[in-house]
Amino acid sequence: MFTAIFGSVESGIIYAIMALGVYLSFRILDFPDLTVDGSFVTGAAVSAILIVSGVNPYLATLASLVAGFLAGCITGILHTKGKINALLSGILMMIALYSINLRIMGKSNVPLLQESTVITSLTDFWQKLGIDQGISNLFSSIGLSNYIPKTWAILLFMVIVTFVIKFVIDRFLKTEIGLALRATGDNKNMIHSFSANTDNYTILGLGLSNALVAFSGGLIAQYNGFSDIGMGIGMIIIGLASVIIGEAIFGTKTIARTTLAVIGGAIIYRIVVSIALRIRFLETGDVKLITAVIVILALVLPKVLDARKEKKRKKIRLKEREEIRTSRVGREHNA
Amino acid sequence: MLSLNQVFKVFNEGTMDEKIALNHLTLSLKQGDFVTVIGSNGAGKSTVMNTIAGKLIPDLGKVVIDGKEVTALSEYRRARFVGRVFQDPMAGTAPTMTIEENLAIAYNRISPRTLRLGVTKKRRDFFKEQLETLHLGLENRLNAKVGLLSGGERQALSLLMATFTEPKILLLDEHTAALDPSRAELITNLTREIVEKHQLTTLMVTHNMQQALDLGNRLIMMDKGQIIFEANEKEKAKLSIEQLLSEFQRIRGEKLSSDRAILG
Repeated sequence: MFTAIFGSVESGIIYAIMALGVYLSFRILDFPDLTVDGSFVTGAAVSAILIVSGVNPYLATLASLVAGFLAGCITGILHTKGKINALLSGILMMIALYSINLRIMGKSNVPLLQESTVITSLTDFWQKLGIDQGISNLFSSIGLSNYIPKTWAILLFMVIVTFVIKFVIDRFLKTEIGLALRATGDNKNMIHSFSANTDNYTILGLGLSNALVAFSGGLIAQYNGFSDIGMGIGMIIIGLASVIIGEAIFGTKTIARTTLAVIGGAIIYRIVVSIALRIRFLETGDVKLITAVIVILALVLPKVLDARKEKKRKKIRLKEREEIRTSRVGREHNA
Repeated sequence: MLSLNQVFKVFNEGTMDEKIALNHLTLSLKQGDFVTVIGSNGAGKSTVMNTIAGKLIPDLGKVVIDGKEVTALSEYRRARFVGRVFQDPMAGTAPTMTIEENLAIAYNRISPRTLRLGVTKKRRDFFKEQLETLHLGLENRLNAKVGLLSGGERQALSLLMATFTEPKILLLDEHTAALDPSRAELITNLTREIVEKHQLTTLMVTHNMQQALDLGNRLIMMDKGQIIFEANEKEKAKLSIEQLLSEFQRIRGEKLSSDRAILG
């Protein structure tokens, strides 16, 4: 159980980068961008194929970032210059990317098991430091030797990477360009009347969003040890689930708070799925269904709860009014 | 400062709904002119505003601002020197962003946007100073989200945002029409103060005749895409609402009878 949860925290923090990308398009730009399903795989494909052909894995992961940025920009251009509906331009790009991803990989699956990746190079480096040894000794000494994960390296590294990205986003959204980007999602007419070309900001925003998604895809491919053409299916819903869950649990008071919430949401989502999969009745193939159900619940429940609260409040109000009325009638009667 | 020369705009050309919104309209404003525009619905007041702001490109004619032809310049490029306040208090501000962030966006109207912080210590002080001129206490709520402000407060902020970078032209599009009377008066007074302070060249559309007479140094009346009546500073000072209305009816009536003559 503990190892399963540890594993979901580990992968959750990598998926959190993708969720931050979805946050940028969905919340900041108010643009339901379905490119994500394709650009996630693009990131994985670019990383995998570059690593297989001997490129430094860190450079390969950065290349994923650039590839995702380009994909997002194209969606933005389709929408702003081609005047195609937001949803449709994302779907078109997602379909186009499916073929492009196959071309990049040359086949539908590229294994990375024997290759040197960001993950292996990290664990190798970590092994030399011997910190895991120390931690496992500590755990063993309190009798928890069965529950220790293989290595803390990946988790630590990913936490650092994800939080660096989070702080960069927080800071970026406070710059002059960042403010204009936020206003583009908030009130397009207004920012237009303050001499900002909203087309460019939409394209930039979608580029940045998909850059993060593809970066996350590249890392996930290395974490899982393969890149697969189907690994992006439903990714947008996973991203959305993370954003919604995070916002509901941790709040959205400030930008910094919200980005933190999104990271938390991504991790919680992974934990929920891994726990759900332990139910004997469910199979690994049911993950997408579980995801859909989580998102539906996250979207519907708050509304139902609000409606119920409102009903209760109304009842109380009516009751109070009734009491006032009866007491008045009573007084008049007595008089 | 601003001149419209023979501007012509037609909507739905070649269909049953064809409508000539601007019929060879010519108008020119000197530096510091404050012109109020009145006219019935469909007279072309909003089309004039949209043509100056660049939201609409005229079919014929020229728009010149400060000696530079801008007829085909896109709205966001023109926004550098055209400030605008809309009728809807929600239209001029970004609701999920804070007051200071909104001001920072407006501040960047005149300079290209970079990766520097939008709100710096120096700018915050400047914003505070500017907000104090509104006398609404907004300077103490710099970090409040604009969506939480009342309609009047939002419109006052919109007015400030449109003017504090001293645009060459200020367009006010019935900017008090959606407010209750006391708030509308507040915005009217602020408008007078601000326009005077910066000596802004201003065009204000209004449905409120009294406001049209109280504010500004010139008045024009529009009908069917043309200017049908104009009063300069001296004439305007003597005008009353009754005169204005009778003038309107007289001109319209004349036009109607002449139309009848042609048709008959």
